[in-house]
Amino acid sequence: MNSDFVMLNLPPLVVGVLTAVCCALPGNFLVLRRQALVGDAVSHVVLPGIVLAFVITGSVAAGPMLLGAGLAAVGSLVLIEIIRRVGRIEPGAAMGVVFTAMFAGGILLLEQTNTGHVHLDVEHALYGSLESIVWFDGEGWHSLFDSAALAQLPPQVPRLALTLLAVCVFIAVFWKELFIGTFDPGFAATVGARPGLVGLALAVVVAVVAVMAFDAVGAIIVVAMFICPAGAARLMTDRLFPQLLWSVAFAVISAVVGYCLAAFAPSWFGFSHALSAAGMIATVAGVVFAAACLFGPRRRRAGQVA
Amino acid sequence: MLDSVKPLRVVGAGQTPPAGERAAHDVDSPLAITGLTVSYGGKPALLSVDFTVPAGAMVAIVGPNGAGKSTLIKAALGIVPRIAGEVRVFGAPVERAMARIAYVPQRASIDWDFPATVIDVVSMGFYRRLGLLRLAGNRYRQKALDCLERVGMAAFAARQIGQLSGGQQQRVFIARALAQDADLYILDEPFAGVDAVTERAIVAVLKDLQARGKTIICVHHDLGTVQDYFDHVLLLNVRRIASGPVAETFTPAKLQETYGGRLVAVQGAGA
Repeated sequence: MNSDFVMLNLPPLVVGVLTAVCCALPGNFLVLRRQALVGDAVSHVVLPGIVLAFVITGSVAAGPMLLGAGLAAVGSLVLIEIIRRVGRIEPGAAMGVVFTAMFAGGILLLEQTNTGHVHLDVEHALYGSLESIVWFDGEGWHSLFDSAALAQLPPQVPRLALTLLAVCVFIAVFWKELFIGTFDPGFAATVGARPGLVGLALAVVVAVVAVMAFDAVGAIIVVAMFICPAGAARLMTDRLFPQLLWSVAFAVISAVVGYCLAAFAPSWFGFSHALSAAGMIATVAGVVFAAACLFGPRRRRAGQVA
Repeated sequence: MLDSVKPLRVVGAGQTPPAGERAAHDVDSPLAITGLTVSYGGKPALLSVDFTVPAGAMVAIVGPNGAGKSTLIKAALGIVPRIAGEVRVFGAPVERAMARIAYVPQRASIDWDFPATVIDVVSMGFYRRLGLLRLAGNRYRQKALDCLERVGMAAFAARQIGQLSGGQQQRVFIARALAQDADLYILDEPFAGVDAVTERAIVAVLKDLQARGKTIICVHHDLGTVQDYFDHVLLLNVRRIASGPVAETFTPAKLQETYGGRLVAVQGAGA
């Protein structure tokens, strides 16, 4: 490994791994609550908010983007309720209309923004831009111990590290509440475990993760990161905590193998261009899920003959 | 309201019960519901239901499908919002007495393919005593095993819940309620889809709880066993049709009124 690796490949690899783990952990609860598409919905809805924040502030700083995404999420809930009442259609259809319309609006908005000095284009928003994350001060492995160089780390690295820490703290503090509220919300309400509040908090965590991951893997592929590692992990064990550990392992494997395949594999076959890292990570996550379906020890569900 | 006043007047004419005693009984009632009204999307599910449970009773809530039996207990417990009505548990507003209640939801309302073991589920019964951030340690593990022993499921403690039969799953839920160590047990269809062995085991556990002075309320669908298992009954069909001791209340005429024309086996059940 030469110094290029630390400058060009290590940062996207670390960001990819952090993003995958950030998504996989709350993804476990989404899968168990049959809310897998909440991740999908959230990542679609927040796009116009992120773009608006970018248009107004001209930067991709975390604060304004989170604020914009939060406003977009609240706005979508209000819109769904209005459409449901005024249009008298079923909630699923109202959600489908709002999510896709907001996403499309975000894309159009995005096309109008390619004027400033900070570039945010459609491709970036959809598929992320892991490859563009560069650590200019990372001149070699020794830079990892150089505080001056570490201070110049790409901002995504500390941002996602903090997000991961927040996700872990959330799950650790509300472990019993998430467990009881996901399994049996009616019972949870009677013992004071506040399933409604915890469910809302989970949705907020998912939204924050989706916004933080947006930069790295884009709005589309983040959905795969919420669902694939958690879904595969469910097929490996029959207890919740081991399932979380499996999902972290699968997320790390997907990110590392996916990034390496995208960055290095094309050159083995004589192609000069690397592939989309986020796309390859999501593809590997899908392959991991398929393998768990075929070979996972718990692939037979209750009711099926062993 | 008139319906609930009338019997009191009749009793009062005969033997004049001391007013103080009557008030004390009302205050101490494990569950006293007045004027409970619940609506689902504009359609009334429950209309001004009054229902008072005597302490130490074993009560069946009986009525046709869609009568609001599950809704009654969910609304009483605050799981489903109520439009109107007051719910008092042991004299206090229900919100402040939740620690004295153990609730067993319908088995079919749960995804049993959940990554949890039998002992994980029973340990949920300790939630209130544990509080935030504490996990159930060894002492609680032994308590959970004791509760499983009482329903004959101790040997299955490490089993994933999806691998159990319907009856075994129901017994795990009963064990979780035992772990709550409550004074009022509210069960939604505890005998639905369970085998005969499980039904006998659950009845024995409930009778044992009653012998210790606990109060038990079950949503129940098998009219044939009401007289064997229960001493009080509430006949419900959106409104309260009748309630009281089984001997006086569980009559063919009142059942006919509860079920409308739909009940054929009333005479068989009543005989």
